[in-house]
Amino acid sequence: MKVPNPFRTYARCHPERSQTVREANGLGESRDPYSRPSTRSLRRYLQAAALTAAVFLFMGAGGNTDARFKDLGHRMMCTCGCGQVLLECNHIGCKSSDKMRDQLMAAIDKGDNDDLILQGFVQEYGPTVIAAPTATGFNRVAWIMPFVVLALGIAFAVHIVRSWKNRPTPALADGITIPRGPELDELRAQARKETEQ
Amino acid sequence: MAQIGSFALLLALGLSAYSFGAGLLSLFGRDAASARLGETARRAGIATFIVVALASFILVSAAFADDFSIAYIYHHSNRELPAAYKFAVLWSGQEGSLLFWSLLLAGYGFVLRLRYKTDQRLFAYASVIIAAVQVFFLLILNFAAHPFAIERGVLPPDGTGLNPLLQYPEMVIHPPMLYLGYVGFTIPFAFALGALIMHYPGEKWIHITRRWTMVTWCFLTVGIFLGAHWAYAVLGWGGYWGWDPVENASLMPWLTGTAFLHSVIMQEKRGMLKVWNMVLIFATFLLSMLGTFLTRSGVISSVHAFAQSSIGTWFIVFIALTTAVCVFFLVKNLSYLKSEHKLESLVSRESSFLFNNLLLLVVCFTVLWGTFFPILSEWVQGHKVTVGPPFFNRVAVPVALLLMLLTAVGPLLAWRKTSLESLKRNFLYPAIGSVAVGLMMILFGVRPWEDPSYFYAVMAAVLSALVIFTVISEFVRGGRVIAGKSGQNIFAAMLLLCRRNTRRYGGYIVHFGVALVIIGLLGQPFNKEVEKEMAFGDKINIGPYTLVCQSYTQDDNPNYANEWAIINVYRGGKLITTMYPERRFYKASGQPQTIPRIYPSFRQDLFLVSDVYLVYEGKNDTTGRPIIKAHLNPLVPWIWIGLIIMVFGTVVALVPNYVPVVVTVSAPVRETAHAGAGD
Repeated sequence: MKVPNPFRTYARCHPERSQTVREANGLGESRDPYSRPSTRSLRRYLQAAALTAAVFLFMGAGGNTDARFKDLGHRMMCTCGCGQVLLECNHIGCKSSDKMRDQLMAAIDKGDNDDLILQGFVQEYGPTVIAAPTATGFNRVAWIMPFVVLALGIAFAVHIVRSWKNRPTPALADGITIPRGPELDELRAQARKETEQ
Repeated sequence: MAQIGSFALLLALGLSAYSFGAGLLSLFGRDAASARLGETARRAGIATFIVVALASFILVSAAFADDFSIAYIYHHSNRELPAAYKFAVLWSGQEGSLLFWSLLLAGYGFVLRLRYKTDQRLFAYASVIIAAVQVFFLLILNFAAHPFAIERGVLPPDGTGLNPLLQYPEMVIHPPMLYLGYVGFTIPFAFALGALIMHYPGEKWIHITRRWTMVTWCFLTVGIFLGAHWAYAVLGWGGYWGWDPVENASLMPWLTGTAFLHSVIMQEKRGMLKVWNMVLIFATFLLSMLGTFLTRSGVISSVHAFAQSSIGTWFIVFIALTTAVCVFFLVKNLSYLKSEHKLESLVSRESSFLFNNLLLLVVCFTVLWGTFFPILSEWVQGHKVTVGPPFFNRVAVPVALLLMLLTAVGPLLAWRKTSLESLKRNFLYPAIGSVAVGLMMILFGVRPWEDPSYFYAVMAAVLSALVIFTVISEFVRGGRVIAGKSGQNIFAAMLLLCRRNTRRYGGYIVHFGVALVIIGLLGQPFNKEVEKEMAFGDKINIGPYTLVCQSYTQDDNPNYANEWAIINVYRGGKLITTMYPERRFYKASGQPQTIPRIYPSFRQDLFLVSDVYLVYEGKNDTTGRPIIKAHLNPLVPWIWIGLIIMVFGTVVALVPNYVPVVVTVSAPVRETAHAGAGD
């Protein structure tokens, strides 16, 4: 559905007011709101839009490098034997992490994509440099198994609860019955009333 | 000294073997002769403790006497080592820590054997099982990892000293707490296996075991958190949690132990989950053994591990044998473990316990799987892979959040069935409050849609708030009832409420502590850090703080040389504290160590407390100026406060319930009015 232009609608309905408002604001003679902007104005608009886009694009570029450095730095391990993620290695004077961070920054500045950068580190330091198993080949099993266990566990728990629900009521002596359903709810409400009020 | 220590260990082995053999034989008979034999086995178990304690005393004395003829003392101590760390030499190495384990096991056994009259038959079974475990550890001590082995060659003038990373106050308390937890789970294991074998009637064995289990769980909790604090306060250990294999090894029995503590309530109240509880306590004990195996065998590399050794094979055999025994008796006695009670609704406390156990076990499996996957990968693919924090965080954190939801909801569900009206009554206000907390975080600028870590932070805050509000509402609701009936003020009423059911309300306090710990953890995505070389008067701005370098200097003592900076911390132009980050160089070992300084900003920030954390990174060799790294870690102090609350809650739960005193008073009885009287 086409949304009506409120300016056009107002001007159509109140041409005398639109003129008064414009003159009061020093905007000169009222122009026909339907007239097209001139070519020069259009060019100006396009230049402004291009400039704005460029500002946003290049403003984000530095931030993008930082974000990539942080992301990739948290996907690799320091190889000094500390067992910590690269960007969290806090060994003073650790030679491994300083060198690896410099390599990472250089690779990002070079323009390599994430996969290429990680591959390069694997080739130099071995597969254990990647901080978590990749989602390829047998390594996928590492990620899948916990969720398989969770799903099986939920299914098992639901099965157990159902089997508990379907159990026969245990027999009690002297015709005593355990209250259930609405009777149990009534008794509980009564107990609550008597204890809380 | 070494000869006496060696003899003591041999004697201990003999005594524990007798305690096991004679104790086992005595269980087969019920006559007076068997009873006498059982009594000698019990006394042999008591004597084992005395002899193992003697061996431990000798080892510690050797450390204080600087007896470097003993190889263990030579490798873990030196003349200038402070006294507290000389005492800690007992557990700072492989052999000594095994002796310490044996000492604690013998100590637990000693207490159990003294209290045997509680239930002589059950305690006899438990005593035999404990003796069997004791035999295993004493075999290792005598034949595979002897703490009194003599240092070969010329007697060295001084020892190599304790690893500088271990020279920190927590070295004196963290391992003992951890070991008290690990070793302590042997007791409920022994009771459970004993009850299973003898077909113990009823659930009384759980009542007997309950306190042991809670105390053990508390020790393990304290041990884990002390380790986390140590790792946080000392550089090189990866922050308060790094998912290191040895850290994981302590977490796994804690998870199954926690599941056991909860599901055993089901067995007590409703006679349900009997098989499951047996499996849980067996798993807890086996995971404790597995943790020790991981730390000592070198099969998985870790910064926390002892050096690689051959005793891994001993542990594999022991774990396999114990598993076989447990499975055998479990399968053989399944009929004894049948329960008959019904369940009426999925929305019930029974179900919440079941799902609570499920989630705890899923996290335990995830940790176990992630810890051993590198080995599995090597078998299958021919090369190891790393399973580090990104894996554990991505899998365990969402499950842990679900667990927090159950922590809030579970205790307020009724047994058998919970009505919708009850749910609304119990959860409406806490739910509103917790959602408000989430909205406030978003209003204050946390954008959960921007980053998964922010999303988890908001969820953790909401769920922690839900736990806190439900606990408070339980205390207030119960307190109001008592206050109304007794006329006391609400706080006295809440205290009486707690005393009437210490286990329940102590448990609520523990849950409250857990929520505080989660609040402490959720600040991690908001950490800040700044690094700078600082001359006199130079400043670092971090968050609302300005750090000004007043001075830097160096010092020397027999144990180490050090250099340190004096940093004034300002906020709003006002000096709030002075901090002294330093770096040490230990002379005996030739190793450096950095000592960060931490200032928790309670006075300035109250509930939104942060740690100001300063590190002396090093020195510019050209200018001689220190390089200081400043961190601002929001909410971290709540982790340690949460631990204190958890311990307090456990202590409350251990206190016996308050039972009103019943006093018999003689009162005159009025004479009955006769018919017609009073006309």
